[in-house]
Amino acid sequence: MADGPWRGFYCAFAVSMYSMFMWKVGRGRKKKGRGMTGKGELLHPGKDLSVLLTSLFLCSPADCAIKAMVKHEQEESPNRPDNTAFTQQRLPAWQPILSAGIVIPGFVLIGLAFIGVGVGLFITSRDVQVLELDYTGAVATDPCYKCSDPSIKDCGCTMEFHLDTLFKGPVVIYYGLNNYFQNQRKYGISKDDNQLYGDLDTFKSPATACSPYDYDGKRNPIVPCGALANSMFNDTFRLYRMVNGSKKEVPLNGKGIAWWTDQNVKYRNPNETPLINAFNGTVKPINWPKAAYELDTTDVYNNGFINQDFLVWMRRAALPDFRKLYRRITKDEYQAGLPAGNYSLEISYNYHVLSFKGKKKLVLSNVSWMGGKNDFLGIAYLVVGSLCVIMSIVMLIVYAKFKFPEED
Amino acid sequence: MRMLFLGGAEAEPGRRCLLNQRSSSARTKKKNKRMLRRRLNRLLGGDEGRVHSRTIYVGQKSCPPNEAFIPPKFCDNRIVSSKYTVWNFLPKNLFEQFRRIANFYFLIIFLVQVIVDTPTSPVTSGLPLFFVITVTAIKQGYEDWLRHKADREVNEYQVSVLEDGRRIRKQSEKIRVGDIVEVEEDETFPCDLILLQSSREDGTCFVTTASLDGESNHKTHYTVPDTESDLQYLSATIECEQPQPDLYKFVGRMHIYNNRQEPDVRSLGPENLLLKGANLKNTQKICGVAVYTGMETKMALNYQGKSQKRSAVEKSINAFLLVYLFILVSKALVCTTLKYVWQSKHDEPWYNEKTQKEKDTNLYLKMFTDFLSFMVLFNFIIPVSMYVTVEMQKFLGSFFITWDKDFFDPEIKEGALVNTSDLNEELGQVEYIFTDKTGTLTQNNMEFIECCIDGFQYRHREDSSELDGVCVTDGPVNKVQQKAGTEREELFLRALCLCHTVQVKESTKNGRDQVDGLGADEEVLHPPQKERGFIASSPDEIALVQGAMRYGFTFLGLESKNMKILNRNKDVETYELLHVLNFDPVRRRMSVMVRSKTGDILLFCKGADSSIFPRVRQEEVERIRMHVERNATDGYRTLCVAYKHLSAEEYANADAGLREAKLALQDREEKLMDVYNQVETEMTLIGATAVEDQLQDEAAQTMEALQVAGMKVWVLTGDKMETAKSTCYACGLFKKNTELLELTLRTLEDGGRRREERLHDLLLEYHKKAVQDAPPVKLGITRSWSVASHGFGFIIDGASLSMVLSSSSESNSSLYKNLFLQICQNCTAVLCCRMAPLQKAQIVRLVKNSKGSPITLSIGDGANDVSMILEAHVGIGIKGKEGRQAVKNSDYAIPKLKHLKKLLLAHGHLYYVRIAHLVQYFFYKNLCFILPQFLYQFFCGFSQQPLYDAAYLTMYNICFTSMPILAYSLLEQHICIEVLLDNSTLYREIAKNAMLRWKLFLYWTALGLFHGLVFFFGVRFLFSNPALQDNGQVFGNWSYGTIVFTVLVFTVTLKLALITRHWTWINHFVIWGSLAFYVFFSFFWGGIIWPFLRHQRLYFVFANMLSSVSAWLVIILLILLSLLPEILLVVLRKPRGPHARQNAHITPYKKKQVQSNVGGPQSSARPLLMRTFSDESNTVI
Repeated sequence: MADGPWRGFYCAFAVSMYSMFMWKVGRGRKKKGRGMTGKGELLHPGKDLSVLLTSLFLCSPADCAIKAMVKHEQEESPNRPDNTAFTQQRLPAWQPILSAGIVIPGFVLIGLAFIGVGVGLFITSRDVQVLELDYTGAVATDPCYKCSDPSIKDCGCTMEFHLDTLFKGPVVIYYGLNNYFQNQRKYGISKDDNQLYGDLDTFKSPATACSPYDYDGKRNPIVPCGALANSMFNDTFRLYRMVNGSKKEVPLNGKGIAWWTDQNVKYRNPNETPLINAFNGTVKPINWPKAAYELDTTDVYNNGFINQDFLVWMRRAALPDFRKLYRRITKDEYQAGLPAGNYSLEISYNYHVLSFKGKKKLVLSNVSWMGGKNDFLGIAYLVVGSLCVIMSIVMLIVYAKFKFPEED
Repeated sequence: MRMLFLGGAEAEPGRRCLLNQRSSSARTKKKNKRMLRRRLNRLLGGDEGRVHSRTIYVGQKSCPPNEAFIPPKFCDNRIVSSKYTVWNFLPKNLFEQFRRIANFYFLIIFLVQVIVDTPTSPVTSGLPLFFVITVTAIKQGYEDWLRHKADREVNEYQVSVLEDGRRIRKQSEKIRVGDIVEVEEDETFPCDLILLQSSREDGTCFVTTASLDGESNHKTHYTVPDTESDLQYLSATIECEQPQPDLYKFVGRMHIYNNRQEPDVRSLGPENLLLKGANLKNTQKICGVAVYTGMETKMALNYQGKSQKRSAVEKSINAFLLVYLFILVSKALVCTTLKYVWQSKHDEPWYNEKTQKEKDTNLYLKMFTDFLSFMVLFNFIIPVSMYVTVEMQKFLGSFFITWDKDFFDPEIKEGALVNTSDLNEELGQVEYIFTDKTGTLTQNNMEFIECCIDGFQYRHREDSSELDGVCVTDGPVNKVQQKAGTEREELFLRALCLCHTVQVKESTKNGRDQVDGLGADEEVLHPPQKERGFIASSPDEIALVQGAMRYGFTFLGLESKNMKILNRNKDVETYELLHVLNFDPVRRRMSVMVRSKTGDILLFCKGADSSIFPRVRQEEVERIRMHVERNATDGYRTLCVAYKHLSAEEYANADAGLREAKLALQDREEKLMDVYNQVETEMTLIGATAVEDQLQDEAAQTMEALQVAGMKVWVLTGDKMETAKSTCYACGLFKKNTELLELTLRTLEDGGRRREERLHDLLLEYHKKAVQDAPPVKLGITRSWSVASHGFGFIIDGASLSMVLSSSSESNSSLYKNLFLQICQNCTAVLCCRMAPLQKAQIVRLVKNSKGSPITLSIGDGANDVSMILEAHVGIGIKGKEGRQAVKNSDYAIPKLKHLKKLLLAHGHLYYVRIAHLVQYFFYKNLCFILPQFLYQFFCGFSQQPLYDAAYLTMYNICFTSMPILAYSLLEQHICIEVLLDNSTLYREIAKNAMLRWKLFLYWTALGLFHGLVFFFGVRFLFSNPALQDNGQVFGNWSYGTIVFTVLVFTVTLKLALITRHWTWINHFVIWGSLAFYVFFSFFWGGIIWPFLRHQRLYFVFANMLSSVSAWLVIILLILLSLLPEILLVVLRKPRGPHARQNAHITPYKKKQVQSNVGGPQSSARPLLMRTFSDESNTVI
């Protein structure tokens, strides 16, 4: 019997199950033993377990059971099965019944709670302001149309926009890409985690997963290697507020846009100062305008692999239409938000998406306790909540019709 | 060969001549051939397979001495029960393991992962597989090592061998065929031996064969008669058949070469053969010659295991597996196709260029590897863990049967035994029960009730008013008018004392001496009546001998062919036992030939009336037939006793015939039968006996419960029709108003037409009655339990059955079979009496293979039930009195019939429900596990991007969701056991694999689809804006997967919680524990930089997810949304009628009400054995 390969598993499981209740039994008997026989010959769960363990591997279940039980029943009949709640399948059990008396009020309560949460979510989401600026330049009338030609280098363009009311703070700026499959498998694994963890050995010999972005044409190793890093988004933006016809730059805060753990634990720069030394004999990724050690020369803590823009890019998006956090507006007078007025956005246009029919946009948004604007949650909560209420009404009708049979 | 054709054809001299002529020419040819073959054999070293017999040289000496002795080659006496050696362990074991289809499938997946660049690492499927394979290999290796050790112990055991008159100690494995081996008391025989010499004076020895067939009584074996007392000078050969596994069959003969020309020939039978593995008892030592050694011993030949039985649930699993395999393949195909369609639309973007190698690869090869990759990505839909869990559930679940104290029988001090755990759930699916009568329905506890001598009844009772004979009390028979003559009486009692194979138990040596002591006065004065123990293969015989003892004739024992009985006058009478004409189920009688002191030769015969009546003078029959029939109707087992004076001439004839037949090597059985039939004719009927076999405890209640549960009970017995019929009435299988349809020899011979025609008519008539005119029986729950109110009972006997099954013309045969089956299936109970063991199996097979392939169960206690136990889907053995053959061959063994009720109605029902849910749930949870991963492919350019992390993929089935379902499948009691037992009809609700039908499977699959869609698209809509944290940070793809996975784990676990009706602390522990473990694991897994991992992709993903309110909200929302329809369904289903679950909660008072309603008027308590009513009125003919 049971010659299947899983014997080991269930034997182990049997041991644990059995020992569990034997332990209980043992304790139970201890008390009894003292009271009735006074022999002091107490059962030893540990000993039983070892007996069980040694016998388990060979025996059939019947043997097992008997052997295990023989230990316990010596004073009685040797083969008599244990009279415990577990062996007799009489463990005390809770047998819940979903009766109308519980379910209908329960449903009403849940439904009302959901509707409440839904209303809250809906209002919150409605209050979130979003401003999307598509700057792909696909159409000739777009200000960035001239830059959309890949042959033009270091192109810049400006978009103007107007805010009617105060754009409440804290304002966050995202860049968004459409039809961009950052979630492709090959693309996602095309990186070398050891490099990014600061392992200098892998600087000279990038992982094969990075191919074809591991070496350049002259067999120089690329650091950081791989398609993911190579395709890092490298448009940059400057936001100006038009005050009385003059441009006043709105300071953008690039701190805290990546996960703290990514910057502090998961990614590391090699242990070299200055950082540039570590990159000797390597070349920057083909698509990058500057090398990794030049990403932010002003802040050592934001340079190299722990540059937050880099980290944000490296956390792959789940879906092909996505947005990633670019900057926050937190400084000075903009803490409360962007006042109404005219603004101008200067874009240094480097990243080409038209070749794969993609789109780029810049998104200004403020955040609530639930994150960005998301109507789905609120609506879903409202729908499910109302469903619950409706269902409870239906149930009420059904039960009224059947006259609560179990209450009779 | 010479004597082969001489015996047994005297009745037909003409035919015999013909036969002789034909055979003599054949014989010479055969003989020549045989000589040639034997010579060839010797030259070639014995190609045993082609020869029917082997020749053994006793003591390895050439016989006759002048012929050159070439030792024949046989295998040595080494026993090899181990499967592996050190060298072949790894390849052989791996091969064995990968022959299992599941293991092989996972191996293929693993290999694909290794070879092809696939989305998940080979570790995800390799690790579990490796673990499973290693654990199994270690376990099997250890078991094999133990077998090696055991083998070594047996093989190196020291035995004494006589060689050239000297005793030599040898290792057991070095025994060769032909060696003379000496065995002492309590030793085990090292190989199969022919008994040559015994230390007992009468040339017998006693053995127990407990390790072979489980029977612990002593069996007597005999030495070969008239062998040389000094074995050193014995010059003989033994010719015997090739080894065969039947323990009770052996034919051979021994040629003893004296100095004379012609060797003496002795016949050898199973009574001369000592089997390896048996123990020598009550005998100081014996000498025997080895005939079969090593792997050719009967023990070794019987070693191989039984064929595996597969349960219906397993077949369902396989069917479902195919569906899922189809889903898997089609998913992979769809994805592969769409991938290339998608790629043709989307040019390769600059950010994700292919490598040169990829560009160079052949398109079709790429498509193929992509297909394989998708297969690997979705392979979790068929998880390793399902097999593990199903096996675990079965293995652990079977403990509850062995643990059940209700199955414990204080008499034999044993509980139930589970021989296979593969069939637990089959116990809940039984539609047909085939039960043996004696020992199963009845106790096989025989008591001598009365006898009838010459038509006068002798009843061992005080009250005699109703009897037509004379009451006989314990004392000697009074001389009253109405009774047989003293002479007849004594003849009858002598017959009872002599005609049997009972042994007197020799418990101590003292006791033996006492019995052996010839004419010991003390014994005569104080006959040890009560203390005397008898041993016999059948309890009837003991009952008869004890019955005779009550009337003053005591059997003292058999000693060197002399049977001694103590008669009423306390004199010892001695009879020489000449021949025992053994009992067999075909002849249904046995005889002995004895020679009295006066030199008269007497033949006593006892047997079933049907086999005795045609063989006695007819004028005596009528007087006794009346008694026999009345006794049979009362439910007693009846035997008729006859005797015959043999003249010296007659005896000489018979003796010669018997001896010849016994020497025959081929067809010995038939030849013996011929002689027996010849001798047992023209006897004088002297009387009949009635022995009561009481019904088992609660037999009637059990049968009634099983019938109410929708099972059809067929009684298959070798017993007489009348006896069996009354037992059926007593157990309530036949009710007072049951219309009996009888198809027996009796009804066939009515009307004076040919049997075949009559059979045809009867079958059609019954068919019309039972099938066509009967109101259509609705299947399922609606079929009320009142079927018993007006039902049909069908009775058929062995002879008629064989006519039905093997009709002369082919077309009729299948027609009859169909008619027979249809009639039987429309009857509430079927009784098949006078069945040979093989016929029992035949009937089981017939039903098993009939339309709808119903699940059959056979229950029996004796060796004659083994064939039907093995044949049925589930075989149940009763730990009865007739040895352990049935128990050994059964799947489950219980001490009593009454335990069958709980085994089926409670255990079977629960196991079935449990495993059905287990299977459905497993498929469901893997469908909704993999479906989001499939859907994700549509959003990631069909790039095989896994949605979940590898750890989640691996752990989902192993850790996060396995324990709750396992605990559920072990502990669930959707209806509590008491209610199941009280309410047999509940069993019908799960009949015909009701919980694994396609409809339910589709429901679960649809549920899985729904859940998968909810999980995926719920999160998909949430991620339309991935900025989900209150600080504006965004979530990536692993967060997406983790949210889906969290919803998934919680939903499937809570779904299980919803269907759990029986929450013990273990359920609470594993359900909440699993969820807690999931959370804990996710923190742990994402909270540490693991040094051995290259991708730390889940680093802090889970913690970050929990820091987002939106993620929390969506998880709660989706879980509720998924379970909402389920809750609604559970609640709405309730008001419909008295549903089973409600019954679980009725108060005891209500329970009683239910019970009485169910049983109806039929269930009133019945006397255990109904002796007084005439069933004839209900019989059709």
